[in-house]
Amino acid sequence: MTKSEILTDIVIIGAGPVGLFAVFELGLLDLKCHLIDILDRPGGQCAELYPEKPIYDIPAFPVISGQELTDNLMKQIEPFKPEFHFNQMVEVVEKLPDGQFIVKTNEGKVFRSKVVVIAAGGGSFQPKRPPVENIEQYEGKSVQYAVRRIEDYRNQDVMIVGGGDSALDWALNLHSIAKSLTLVHRRDVFRASPASVKEMFNLVDEGKINFILGQIASLEGENGQLSAVNIKTKNSEMKKITTSRLLPFFGLTMKLGPVADWGLELNDNLIVVDTEKFETSIKGIFAIGDINYYPGKLKLILSGFHEAALMAQAAKKIINPDERLIFQYTTSSTKLQKKLGVK
Amino acid sequence: MKIYVTDYDGKTHKLEALEGWRIMEIIRDWGLDMRAECGGACACATCEVYIDEEWLDKIPPASEEEENMLDQVPNVESNSRLSCQLLMSEQLDGLKLTLAPNSKSK
Repeated sequence: MTKSEILTDIVIIGAGPVGLFAVFELGLLDLKCHLIDILDRPGGQCAELYPEKPIYDIPAFPVISGQELTDNLMKQIEPFKPEFHFNQMVEVVEKLPDGQFIVKTNEGKVFRSKVVVIAAGGGSFQPKRPPVENIEQYEGKSVQYAVRRIEDYRNQDVMIVGGGDSALDWALNLHSIAKSLTLVHRRDVFRASPASVKEMFNLVDEGKINFILGQIASLEGENGQLSAVNIKTKNSEMKKITTSRLLPFFGLTMKLGPVADWGLELNDNLIVVDTEKFETSIKGIFAIGDINYYPGKLKLILSGFHEAALMAQAAKKIINPDERLIFQYTTSSTKLQKKLGVK
Repeated sequence: MKIYVTDYDGKTHKLEALEGWRIMEIIRDWGLDMRAECGGACACATCEVYIDEEWLDKIPPASEEEENMLDQVPNVESNSRLSCQLLMSEQLDGLKLTLAPNSKSK
């Protein structure tokens, strides 16, 4: 064991609604959870794809938004003090000879746990990549999907593509340090704050931002260094724009990612589980929510909650095999109420 | 009612379509591959299809919400639509469309 390892009962991969509720069910059984998610906040799809959209099929909530559901779950699991590790993706899950697991993220965090729960939904959210030939050759240096260091853009010919807040915010932020800044969007309507849109059009009028109605057609450059981007304009003309840094902002999409490499039995990219414990083909690794498969599976948040409850009972038996488990209700059990902080 | 869907390999499938179903749901119900990550909430732009030219004037135009989501498609075509936003009706009987490569999951 190395010093930097984080020791815990459970590592939950994915902090969407089902991963969050798993903390509750595991917490009632005194199991401590660490959650890892590639997003920068809890909620998974509910937070990333539809925070404002109404959900109508959560029991006892005639209507609730994705964000409200997330906020409520966060409140519900607060007594169990889960620890979150955001902005990172689990790359490695290894079973040790003693039955414990080592979990490693792409940010270098290492966990040692007794049980792993995969609640990764549709997989990891990753930036949508424009389907342009050879774009991967430029990724990391000339093509980035997020601004990591503003200095990387100083005195560069920057092109930003997209029509949302990220595209506009970075256009406004980078134009003053860039050598040139070109904003490309397929139409002149932007899904961004009206103030940003107005400021951007003012800068276009002043000649400080070059705005082109169109889409990326192809890239030019060599050895990973971009030199120009060809834009197909709205009138189907081609325009070649000198570009050394390209920032495409088309939102996120889900990719199964490293889960496929952990040796788990899969069915059509979903993790096969049993319906008693929701355990995978590897003992001690469970999969709950949208990412699992069993006959009759329905991809509902409701189903994920049920799976979390049954998984927790099975996880408890692995972690404390000798402890007699008495099934209790939160309504009547003073022991459970104490855990929940009920006064 | 029927719709005609051309898949990623160029093969056309004639699909039985029920009134009120989303075109996305019909395509998936018949087992054709489509990401449709958000499940029809107009929140992900991964159920893109290309509508046959002859049908473009016959279907309801895209709402502002759909246009906003189409902004997340890096290579929108003039006949691109999100199939979760098209509801099957008599008006769409015989609709012809092609699955956009962006919708492919595998």
